[in-house]
Amino acid sequence: MAKKSVEVVRGAEMSSPDGSRAISRFRVSDLVMIIFVTVLCATCVVPFLHVAAKSISGDSYVIAKNIYFWPKGINFEAYKSIFKDGTLVYAMGYSVVVTVIFTILGLLVCTCAAYPLSKKRLKGKTFFTFILMVPMYFTAGIIPSYLLMKDLNLLDNMWVLVWPLIYSPYNMLIMKTFLQSNIPDSLEESAFLDGASNIQILTKIVVPLSKPIIATLSLFYAVGRWNSYADNMYYIKTDKLKLVNYKLYQMVASASEAQSATLSEAAAVTSTPEVLQAACIMFVTLPIICLYPFAQKYFVKGAMIGAVKG
Amino acid sequence: MAKSNASALPKVKNTMSWKNSFKRDWQLYLLLAFPVLMVILFSYAAYPGLRMVFMDYKPAKGYDGSAWVGMETFVKIFKDKDFHRALRNSVVFNLLDLLIGFPMPIILALILNELRFPRFKKVSQTVLYLPHFLSWAVIGSVAYTMFRPSTGLANIALMNLGVIKEGIPFLTEKWHWAVSYLLIGVWQTMGWGTIIYLAAITGISGELYEAAMIDGANRWKRMWHITLPGIKGTVVTMLIMNLGRIMGSNLERLTAFENSQVKDFQYQLAVYIYEKGLQNGKFSMSTAVNLFQSLVGVMLVLVADRVAKKLGEEGLL
Repeated sequence: MAKKSVEVVRGAEMSSPDGSRAISRFRVSDLVMIIFVTVLCATCVVPFLHVAAKSISGDSYVIAKNIYFWPKGINFEAYKSIFKDGTLVYAMGYSVVVTVIFTILGLLVCTCAAYPLSKKRLKGKTFFTFILMVPMYFTAGIIPSYLLMKDLNLLDNMWVLVWPLIYSPYNMLIMKTFLQSNIPDSLEESAFLDGASNIQILTKIVVPLSKPIIATLSLFYAVGRWNSYADNMYYIKTDKLKLVNYKLYQMVASASEAQSATLSEAAAVTSTPEVLQAACIMFVTLPIICLYPFAQKYFVKGAMIGAVKG
Repeated sequence: MAKSNASALPKVKNTMSWKNSFKRDWQLYLLLAFPVLMVILFSYAAYPGLRMVFMDYKPAKGYDGSAWVGMETFVKIFKDKDFHRALRNSVVFNLLDLLIGFPMPIILALILNELRFPRFKKVSQTVLYLPHFLSWAVIGSVAYTMFRPSTGLANIALMNLGVIKEGIPFLTEKWHWAVSYLLIGVWQTMGWGTIIYLAAITGISGELYEAAMIDGANRWKRMWHITLPGIKGTVVTMLIMNLGRIMGSNLERLTAFENSQVKDFQYQLAVYIYEKGLQNGKFSMSTAVNLFQSLVGVMLVLVADRVAKKLGEEGLL
């Protein structure tokens, strides 16, 4: 509360905080809006504070339902048992590897599609665009895809998490829009006259100039792969081939009723199920939360380009 | 917006012959071969599999061994009680999703746009985007931690305050579940959804606001008469895109909030397709429902696009 009143005072002193839409007085409506936004922000932060506090709290405090947003009886037993058990740690490492491979290959495919299609002169451009856009609007569905993966010998295989999703029409559109509006035709024409081939122009001129969009799209690819696990449900049976988010889902699905996390018997002894589960959630979420503040601005840029294109 | 420029561009006729064009751009076609191969191999190759909707497909017999049955699968589906339930749940929940989930980012964008302190605005935007970057597994497990009847934080807090005596089954009783499911859905998308509207708002000319202010229009009048009309095109585009999702729902979101007490409402088309198909082996039925779902989705988008154009909006396609 104290913080808010400070803001009110400051607001009253500021004569024109945002230039064009300046109104000189701080009104009640400003306060209402600030409170509204603050409450919404709180709903995004508070649950994670609670889970984080729980994950490092002492068992007795958790059982006594005494933990809110501050840990009590701090210890890291739950995290130690996660490492001792090893399955989540393995899944994490495996997910990182899959995500990295997916991101690199995804960017490669994306560039291969977006660069030629960004050229107005390319003959058959409409045809290729059509072919590459149809899958965005119409897919065959789960079962035909499943049988296709079976025919391709990809079931229960790490690569089924990589290849089918590698080409994304949405990301291609973003890259194409960027190339069309940011790389001047004249630049490429002069290189062409100097005898550079199309691929040389791409690698020597276009790619270095597209670093911002490559950063954005690599994050799109990486977070997309990291977070989605429906394909794990369809195609993967072997435990070792499951991504870490799917592992977490399975733990929660089995715990939602019985209220117990299932790492392994040995791990469950050291901490109560609740603490252990909180630790598992934090373990899976932390990479995203750590990366997020740095990556966020790139995301917004990409979303803007995508938005303008519809 | 930029989309109108793209469609308004004069069509340049490419007069060069295929031979010359290929001679000059063969490397570009070579690059294109990679993504084209990918879509053919992983998207188009699956389309022929759709013929199983006219078959009684048995996994053991394959496409060649299974019998053709014509429209029988569809007849069977439309008599199937499970399908009725899944269809009803999908339509009801997705409509409700649209009803509360669609206006929320617009309202939030309007409010963020009016916020007085740039730093506060920036920080709150960063925080509000966060749920978009979390998987449904994380959101679901955090939600269970918060809302379990006896050990969830929300219930503990309410009980300690003396508001309630027994824990509220936020996620384990179907009517409570419906509300929680919808609100968590709104919560997940609202922040990220503002980006597109905020981008549209920055495109509105500042002179309009100045003129309105000189004429004595207050903040609400300016919001109503300038900002909202200024983003109308974007709103319509987003609405069309969202209409296409009336049928489909996100399997990850549904399964993240799955438990036996809420099966009544949680059983939507995505769950039907997954459970009937991959778990119960009724491949033909599952695929037919899947096809029905995507065709209705495509049709809704086309109709909505027509209507929008009739009403003088830009439309999507």
